[in-house]
Amino acid sequence: MPKSDESPLVLETRGITKRFDHIIANNNISIKLRKGEIIAVLGENGAGKSTLMNILFGLYKPTSGSILIDGLPVSFDSPRDAIAKGLGMVHQHFMLVPTLTVTQNIVLGKEPVRLGHVLYKRARRSVVELSKRYGLTVNPDARLEDLSVGLQQRVEILKALYRNARVLILDEPTAVLTPGEVEELFAVLRNLAADGTSIIIITHKLEEVKALSDRVYILRRGELVGECRTASASAAELANFMVGRDVVLAVERPAPRPKPEPIFSLESLFVHSSRGLPALKGVDLAVGRGEILGIAGVEGNGQKELCEVIAGLITPDSGKILFKGEDVSRWSVRRRMDAGMGYVPQDRRVSGLVLPFSVEENLALGRSDRPPLSRHGFMKFAALRAQALQLMENYDIRTSGPEARVSTLSGGNQQKIILAREFSRNPDFLLISQPTRGLDVGAIEYVYRRILELKERGVAILLISMELEELFALADRIAVLHGGQVVFESPTATTNEAQIGEYMIRGRYERSIS
Amino acid sequence: MIDFFAALLTPQLFEATVRLATPVTFAALAAVVCERSGVTNIAMEGVMLVGAFFAAWVGWISGNPWLGLLGGIAASALFSLLFAWAVVSLHINHVVTGAIMNILAFGLTRYLMMVFYGRQGTSEAVAKTLHHYKFAIPLLSDIPYVGPAFFNQTPLVYLSIISVFAWAWIFKRTRLGLSLIASGEHPMALETLGRSVYRVRYLAILISGVLCGFAGAFLSIENSNSFTEGMTNGRGFIALAANIAGGWRPVGVFIASLFFGFVDALQMRVQSLGIVKIPSEIFIVFPYVATIVAIAGLVRKSRPPAAVGKDFNIEGDGE
Repeated sequence: MPKSDESPLVLETRGITKRFDHIIANNNISIKLRKGEIIAVLGENGAGKSTLMNILFGLYKPTSGSILIDGLPVSFDSPRDAIAKGLGMVHQHFMLVPTLTVTQNIVLGKEPVRLGHVLYKRARRSVVELSKRYGLTVNPDARLEDLSVGLQQRVEILKALYRNARVLILDEPTAVLTPGEVEELFAVLRNLAADGTSIIIITHKLEEVKALSDRVYILRRGELVGECRTASASAAELANFMVGRDVVLAVERPAPRPKPEPIFSLESLFVHSSRGLPALKGVDLAVGRGEILGIAGVEGNGQKELCEVIAGLITPDSGKILFKGEDVSRWSVRRRMDAGMGYVPQDRRVSGLVLPFSVEENLALGRSDRPPLSRHGFMKFAALRAQALQLMENYDIRTSGPEARVSTLSGGNQQKIILAREFSRNPDFLLISQPTRGLDVGAIEYVYRRILELKERGVAILLISMELEELFALADRIAVLHGGQVVFESPTATTNEAQIGEYMIRGRYERSIS
Repeated sequence: MIDFFAALLTPQLFEATVRLATPVTFAALAAVVCERSGVTNIAMEGVMLVGAFFAAWVGWISGNPWLGLLGGIAASALFSLLFAWAVVSLHINHVVTGAIMNILAFGLTRYLMMVFYGRQGTSEAVAKTLHHYKFAIPLLSDIPYVGPAFFNQTPLVYLSIISVFAWAWIFKRTRLGLSLIASGEHPMALETLGRSVYRVRYLAILISGVLCGFAGAFLSIENSNSFTEGMTNGRGFIALAANIAGGWRPVGVFIASLFFGFVDALQMRVQSLGIVKIPSEIFIVFPYVATIVAIAGLVRKSRPPAAVGKDFNIEGDGE
């Protein structure tokens, strides 16, 4: 419940400014947090949310401004100081050691010891007590890597509570969770707040803000542009505040073509993973021209192998990949691309881009060895530049110039480079994986529009996404991948998020008891 | 044929196995400690060599092999601090630094040979070696085969065996062990819990230097009585292999080291028996071939620490 303004202030920042070289990541930010209150810090990617939190947690030092705890100014040299003052952080990328047990992870850095020996029995007891007290059930002896993502997050929260955190900071806490896990997390957080813990969630998801927080601070380009009681603002108002203009996320999805001409299909495809285990167990799928087929599923159910086998990075054990009537499953990547297949990989930083390369070089990847970009084995840099400028304009890639290093760009602009490169090849079939992961609303809207444009042009698209909303916004049909099989497939119009979610999770349930 | 094996598999062979395994065991433990903390260490060869040199020199000057041992350890530790400074504080690539450390160690010891002894090759002999302090453990040493192999040895051999189990214990039970593992698997997790990754890695490298000091001293003033240029003879690299074959675990590493010791002892024995008419070079190559085979057979099953060889830099890590 919203706390009254009389609750004591636990944490306050006064005019926090953080400069990196010439970039101002945070400019004069002042926020207040009361005991038992849940506040949200809302902002697009690159708005400065993470910088602010890293300052609060002692990872960065502010250029100017001060932090007050219980009304007294403090200064953090390292996370150790922040922890000592009762701050706990749940990072977006978990700070957990996969090979250690739950207990070891929780007590790490603050182990009960005698003569250098960790008293594991006592540690285990504390963990059990703690998880009972807060209703955060988790097996203290399980190895972390054997836990689901939702349970791992629970361990992160327990880690903070074990250190007597009075302020819990959660960075994009739902980015990796299934819908069911999100509900559980919210219940846990509400309980903690009722118990007197103050909570900050950092997010760019409006629903989370609405569902959970008492108050919300909105950041844009490093500045605080708004603060309000959550109850008094609508989601649309918050979105406009955050982006600085009107956003329409509910894109108009053109009606599916009545009888799409099939162009790409998988026939009883079997693939084993890099660890030698079966990853795809007889997958059948078909996509037609001008159609978007969405693949839903909890991560780790064969999506990675599906992408790799279609892109040509691995060969299937058996089964066929049919493209324009030919089995391409043994073709090289290059031959597939030349035939009109395209691939937008999930992790733009790992496999989509060469980060230390410039924008123009990245845009030329995959076609730098042929006219017009090269002739007789020599690159033509003028052509490279011309192509880059053209694509940068067409795809609204904002950089300091075609020579800018891709690693310095925001996630949205990085993604635009990949889209520009792949879309401009004029493919007939596109495999798109997680196109909006980590992007903010503005960039997401842009990506959606571009994908739908391609569909209009008659491209067959296979869209893999963990975000159900995304699939419902874009796909004509949705298939659920679970345990390496398609367990459900339906036109988007005749299913709903609850049904798809159930198939995603029920699969996991079946797996865990078998 | 049976006679042949009887002549081969004598108690002396097993004793030699353990003795020859000792420096590899020390150096392999050094590798385990380093790599579990996230530092790829290929400099054991060089660190060991420096330790061997100074153990022989201090032992010669003082006339006391124990002081020699201390001198070797101190020199190895100091030399490894240079490595720590380069890879942890200066963020230089671990493998490149390790390779340079090895070259530096060879050059440095060769140079110091000239400075201290005025010649190349082999140093002055120490008056008394650590081998002199060999003692049998009552009862246990009477067990056939196992007794002479493990319980009638010198202090350094005993110490290497004790170290193996001590480190197994440290990794399993202590705060230091937990910190080392976390530093090698997910350094940022350790850092955000308020424990310095830099400090843990410095400590790990320092410990590995001390362990390499034992290995070096074993070579010069225990197994021999003087320092010879290049006397480590690839054992630092065999230790690296033992570390991998042993799955980054002290006891596994010990078994791998014993295997290499056994192969080494075997080739010496076969050579000296002169039963088989094969050029001796073939036998000398044997332990190294065995290394390759063992690695090829075992390496796929074990998993290295996730962050091994990766630089840790907080400021550069931000997204």
